[in-house]
Amino acid sequence: MRVMSQMAMVMNLDKCIGCHTCSVTCKQAWTNRSGMEYVWFNNVETRPGQGYPRRYEDQERWRGGWELGPSGRLRLKAGGRVKKLLSLFANPRLPGMEDYYEPWTYDYDRLLQSPAQQQIVSAPPKSLITGKPVNIEWSGNWDDDLGGTFAHKADDPMIAGIEDKVKLDFENTFMFYLPRICEHCLNPTCVASCPSGAIYKRTEDGIVLVDEDKCRGWRMCITGCPYKKMYFNHRTGKAEKCTFCYPRIEQGEPTVCAETCVGRLRYIGLVLYDADRVTEAASTPNDQDLYEAQKSVILDPFDPEVLEAADRAGIPYDWVLAAQSSPIYSLIHTYSVALPLHPEYRTMPMVWYIPPLSPVVDVVKDTGYDAEDAENLFSAIDTLRIPVEYLANLFTAGHVPTVERVLYRLAAMRSYMRDINLGDEPKEGIANAVSMTGAEMQKMYRLLAIAKYDERYVIPAAHREEAHDLESLATDCVLDHAGGPGMGEAMSSSDMGRSTRWTRVGAPKRKKH
Amino acid sequence: MTSVTFHTLLWVVFPYMVMVAFIGGHIWRWRFDQFGWTTRSSQMYESKLLRIGSPMFHFGILAVFFGHVIGLCIPEEWTDAIGISDHIYHWGALVLGIGAAMATIGGLLILLFRRRTNSWVFGVTTVMDKAMYLLLSAVLTLGMLATVVVSTGWSGSHYDYREGVSIWFRQVWSFHPSAASMANAPLLYQLHALAALCLFAIWPFTRLVHVFSVPLGYLTRPYIVYRSRGSAKKARRGWESIDF
Repeated sequence: MRVMSQMAMVMNLDKCIGCHTCSVTCKQAWTNRSGMEYVWFNNVETRPGQGYPRRYEDQERWRGGWELGPSGRLRLKAGGRVKKLLSLFANPRLPGMEDYYEPWTYDYDRLLQSPAQQQIVSAPPKSLITGKPVNIEWSGNWDDDLGGTFAHKADDPMIAGIEDKVKLDFENTFMFYLPRICEHCLNPTCVASCPSGAIYKRTEDGIVLVDEDKCRGWRMCITGCPYKKMYFNHRTGKAEKCTFCYPRIEQGEPTVCAETCVGRLRYIGLVLYDADRVTEAASTPNDQDLYEAQKSVILDPFDPEVLEAADRAGIPYDWVLAAQSSPIYSLIHTYSVALPLHPEYRTMPMVWYIPPLSPVVDVVKDTGYDAEDAENLFSAIDTLRIPVEYLANLFTAGHVPTVERVLYRLAAMRSYMRDINLGDEPKEGIANAVSMTGAEMQKMYRLLAIAKYDERYVIPAAHREEAHDLESLATDCVLDHAGGPGMGEAMSSSDMGRSTRWTRVGAPKRKKH
Repeated sequence: MTSVTFHTLLWVVFPYMVMVAFIGGHIWRWRFDQFGWTTRSSQMYESKLLRIGSPMFHFGILAVFFGHVIGLCIPEEWTDAIGISDHIYHWGALVLGIGAAMATIGGLLILLFRRRTNSWVFGVTTVMDKAMYLLLSAVLTLGMLATVVVSTGWSGSHYDYREGVSIWFRQVWSFHPSAASMANAPLLYQLHALAALCLFAIWPFTRLVHVFSVPLGYLTRPYIVYRSRGSAKKARRGWESIDF
């Protein structure tokens, strides 16, 4: 067992109102630069819908992620090392600007410069790439709020296989929002696809980053990532990606997208996982078993054996404490309501989702039945195949019973808590029907519905002064690094600071809201 | 200026100046501009033409490069010694060379057409790119012409570059330079070599630096790369934090 810690996120989709605040604040923080006009590290998709870039989930076309070879071994779906080097000169599976959209701005100057006239002056759109006038025909969320119109429904790769039912029941159409960031996978294909070795996973917190100085612009990572969350800065010629706001995380602050989420639907915390078992779990033969396999890689932070192994792996004690109070672990394991997005890509994504119950609730409500009655909801989940199968295509490689199990729990919680809110006696039977107790139900309700700031975000600050660093300072020679005495450069002030500072291990940083 | 001085300047002084610019320029760029060291691919803007033109050009130019290595570095006596007659050598070189040159020039034409006509691609073309494309096209055209017109004997007089240009090339690299071999070479060969020298002089300051980043290490490294936060590079000079 080799314990590593991973910063992970869970999003509660029932709470997403599709306001795009996360996208906008992320863009302001990270991608408001030249060459990144078309890039949204965080985007919110209306599902059913094509997503951004268009049809990114169609892996037969883009060939992202891993697949199992004939011998059952994992291999890159887009081809291995030799094939990558041979296709360096022209990547055969690279999305073009048109698959994202041509970014634009408006000619606002016209509003100010036009002379007084009878017609209202307009600000025509112009391309952010060429500066010339453009016709706006597509964007990052063009099908926002459409929920898969007739024109585009068939273009959603996740509808493949259930399109007949969706068409037949169009009057019972449903939609929900899916906010997406980089998954910071345990088995990332972007890292594996990079010929330059410029993309790496941080050992301390598992955040996947690009070393901009090492990137040479071979653009294999963009093909490799099945979520299309690697982006090419077309001005600098370098790859860029969501950073999980690591400068904030290191200070114990949540990411910008989470901090500014008005629905308070994002949870951030640590999980401990067994790095030795990642490849084995990702090689699980049956796609539909991947969710359980991925779940099993995440270790119980209370298990004494795990604690001992974590100590051996040098994980600081306050980080272990943070893993124990992690909302992520509770949602994935204790309550088992969080599911990974597309486990079938075999990258072990670490942004998990609580599937939305609202499509089911809405239908029950529309029929005039009590949409908060457990029995009504249970039978609706059983009968409403379309949303459930669609959700299964997103979160469990099509395994319907898992999604049903999660939705039952959410439905049961809704019904159980209604009684309490109305001052009635809570029915323990509702909780038992989904293998929970009333007390557990109330705890889950607190985490999902009340969701206080310091319960949603349990982020231990980084250890700049980690003990093993100090040890290396004491044992290695100052002349090993540039800037040592007599090496032509003055010793930097940060070096001087480090050599005189002691390790300070504090409790996980929590913030009161 | 006498003709001897002129030729010494062109074929002795200039090559060493270029050598200094090429090597020094790369060292400078490697140390101070890692961020700018990239292919600056434009495939995002346009893929269809690139997917034909770029592999044609790149595989072609690789063949041309290895052809030059053989032609310039291997003395005639060596090939004679292993029994390859001059006739066979030149026919082999001509057929393979013309094949490679056609792919290279054809690819380059497609890429140039694409760069000029696609407004997205043209919009990100820098002045340095334009200078580079101009010199690159000149070098390729002159080299192709020199081969076709002179080596085949169409111009009347036969010229064996292995008894002229190649000797000069090896003399320069063995630091016993002499302008004599180049001074007597046909004009097309002289122009080809001069254009190539100019291209090498600006090489480190263009996107051509990506040639030295062929990611061969990818073949042997493990797929997943881990790196510790502590191993991050030190802050750049002037950006160290004040933290006691």
